[in-house]
Amino acid sequence: MPKGRFGIYGGQYIPETLMNAVIELEEAYTHFKNDPKFQAELESLLKNYAGRPSLLYFAENMTKDLNGAKIYLKREDLNHTGSHKINNVLGQVLLAKYMGKTRVIAETGAGQHGVATATAAALMGMECEIFMGKEDTDRQALNVYRMKLLGAKVHVVTSGTQTLKDAVNETLKEWSRRIKDTHYVLGSVMGPHPFPTIVRDFQSIISREVKRQIMDAEGRLPDALVACVGGGSNAIGLFYDFINEPNVRLIGCEAAGLGIHTQKNAATITTGKVGIFHGMKSYFCQDEYGQIAPVYSISAGLDYPGVGPEHAYLHDAGRAEYVAVTDEEAVEAFEYLSRVEGIIPAIESAHAVAYAKKMAPQMLKDQIIVVGLSGRGDKDVAAIARYKGVEIYE
Amino acid sequence: MSRIKQAFSNGKAFIPFITAGDPSIEITEKLVLRMAEAGADLIELGIPFSDPVAEGEVIERADVRALCRGVTVDQIFSMVKRVRKQSDVPIAFMTYINPVFAYGAERFLKNCRDAGIDALIVPDLPFEEREELLPHCVENGVVLISMIAPTSNERVHMIARQAEGFIYCVSSMGVTGVRENIGKDAEHMIKLVKEVNDIPCAVGFGISTPKQAREIAKFADGIIVGSAIVKIIEQYGPDCVPHVTEYVRTMKKAIKT
Repeated sequence: MPKGRFGIYGGQYIPETLMNAVIELEEAYTHFKNDPKFQAELESLLKNYAGRPSLLYFAENMTKDLNGAKIYLKREDLNHTGSHKINNVLGQVLLAKYMGKTRVIAETGAGQHGVATATAAALMGMECEIFMGKEDTDRQALNVYRMKLLGAKVHVVTSGTQTLKDAVNETLKEWSRRIKDTHYVLGSVMGPHPFPTIVRDFQSIISREVKRQIMDAEGRLPDALVACVGGGSNAIGLFYDFINEPNVRLIGCEAAGLGIHTQKNAATITTGKVGIFHGMKSYFCQDEYGQIAPVYSISAGLDYPGVGPEHAYLHDAGRAEYVAVTDEEAVEAFEYLSRVEGIIPAIESAHAVAYAKKMAPQMLKDQIIVVGLSGRGDKDVAAIARYKGVEIYE
Repeated sequence: MSRIKQAFSNGKAFIPFITAGDPSIEITEKLVLRMAEAGADLIELGIPFSDPVAEGEVIERADVRALCRGVTVDQIFSMVKRVRKQSDVPIAFMTYINPVFAYGAERFLKNCRDAGIDALIVPDLPFEEREELLPHCVENGVVLISMIAPTSNERVHMIARQAEGFIYCVSSMGVTGVRENIGKDAEHMIKLVKEVNDIPCAVGFGISTPKQAREIAKFADGIIVGSAIVKIIEQYGPDCVPHVTEYVRTMKKAIKT
C-alpha cells in the first residue's frame, strides 16, 4: 500500500536507489518525534537559538489605511536567519544528527533555505553542501556569500532552467550518489514521503503559536489566514492547526509572475494540472506531454513548477483557496509594507501582503486577517531596485 | 517465445540505450534497425523528459537536444510502428512517470501494445508505486521492468519475487554515466535475485568498454550501455549510425565469448 498520501496526492515516486534512504528517514522520524530528549533539544533550539515564539504583530497603520478587517502579521521574518525556513531546518538537521549522519545537502531557491541549512550545519558541526540554480545565484548573490561564510559549499546548477526545480534535481542526484553519511534537508512540504509530513510537522509550530497569540490578543480565532505558496511550507505551517476550524478561511497566494494568462508564471494550482514529479503526485506546471514547464516569478522562492501534495489535497477538498498574485502586485505590496509599517518583507511574503490588502477593505472592521510574513526582505532590496529601474551595487 | 525471452536466448544479451529523437527521429529509426542487425538483443529507447533525475549529464543533454527538436511521444510511437514492419528486435521504452501519466497510462500502454513495445522501464516508479502502471501493463501485455540498486539490500527478494521479463540491476550509486570502476555490488545483487526467482538480470549504469562488459557478463545475463553510446551520437550527430553500429558489434562480440 503506497504511503504518505493526502487523498490521491503524495507518494514516493523516486528511483530505487533512494528508497531505503526515505524508509530509514521515516523510521527515524517516527521514533524521534516521540523521543522526549529529541523534543526537548529541538524546543530549546527553537527558543534559544531561533528566537521563538515569533511575534504576532497588530499592523495598526495598515489596518487604518485599508479601513476594513484587522490585520495581524506573523513575524517569521524575525527568526534567526530571517525566515520560517529555520523551523524545519533545525528539526531536520537535529534529526540527521540523531540518525548518525555527518553531512547535509539541500536545494535552495531564494537562498533562505540554503542559509538556514548552512546555519544549522555550522551550529551542529555538520558538513554542508547547497545546490542553487545559476539564475538564483545571480539574483541572490548576497545569500550565496552568506552560505559560504557559514562554511557551506555552494554548487551552482547550470542544467535546465537554472532555478529551484533544477536545484532539487541536482540535490536528489547527489543524494543518490552518497546516502550513507548524508541527509537531504528538503526545504519545503514537497518531495517523496516522508518529507511533506516531516516538514509540515516542523513548520506547524507557526499555527500553534498563532492560535495562542490571537486568543490572547482578540479572544477569538481569525477569519482568514493568508500566506504565500511556492512549495508551500510556510503556508502549511500557518494553516495546519486551523484545518479543523471550519470558520477560518485558508488562503494560499501563488506567484502569477507576469500574469496567469501568460507563460511567465509559477501559479501551480491555478494554471497547472495533476502530475508526478520530484517524488510526489500533485499539481505541476507542464505541457500536454508532461514536460515540466519553465516557470517564472520575480520571487526566486516561489519560482517552482510544483506544490506540496497536502496543498493539492486541501485545494481539491475545498478546504483552502489558492489565488494568484502578480509580480507587479507583490512589488507594490513590498513597498507599501515598508512605508506604512516600517517592515521590509521578503518578496515571497509580499505576495501574501498584496492579497491581504485586496481582501481587508471588503471585510468588516471586527474581522481578523493573519498574514504569514514568512521572511524579511533585505535579500530582495537590490532586485526590487533593479525592477524599478534603479541600479545599485551590492 | 515472447520477444523479451528471445532477447536473453542468444548468449549474454547486449542492450543498447538511445534517446529517441536525438539527433532526429529519422536517425533514431535507422539506429534501432542497424543496432539490431549488429547484434543488439534488446533496444532500450528513451522517451525524453525535461527533468531526467536518474540520468547523468550525457543522457540529460540528449534529452534536451531531442526536446529542443520538438520530438513527442506520438512521433516516437509512429517511428516504432515503422521499425516493427522491418524488425522484430525486442524494444523497451525508458521514460519517467510524468510523461506516461500526462499521456494517460491506459492510452499510453494501449499504444505501446499497438506499436509493438515489449517492456517499459520507469526509474522513478519504485516497487511501492508500481500499481500506477502495472494493471495497464498487464492488460496490454507490456512487461513493467523492476529495478534494483546497491542500496536495495533486503528489498531485493521482495522486488525479485514479483519481477517479470528481466531485472534491471543498477550497478552503482548515483546516476547514469561512464565509470572507471564498477564495484562488486551487482554480482551480489544478482545472487540475491536468483535465490528467489530464476529471471534474467541485466546490469546497467557506468559500463562503456568491452573489457568492463566482459567482466560483468561473467555473472550477469545482460549488459545495458547508455551514456557511452549517447556520447558517440553527440559526437557525430546525423553521421553517427556507422559509428554506433560498430560499437554495438564490438560490445556484443566481447560478451559472446
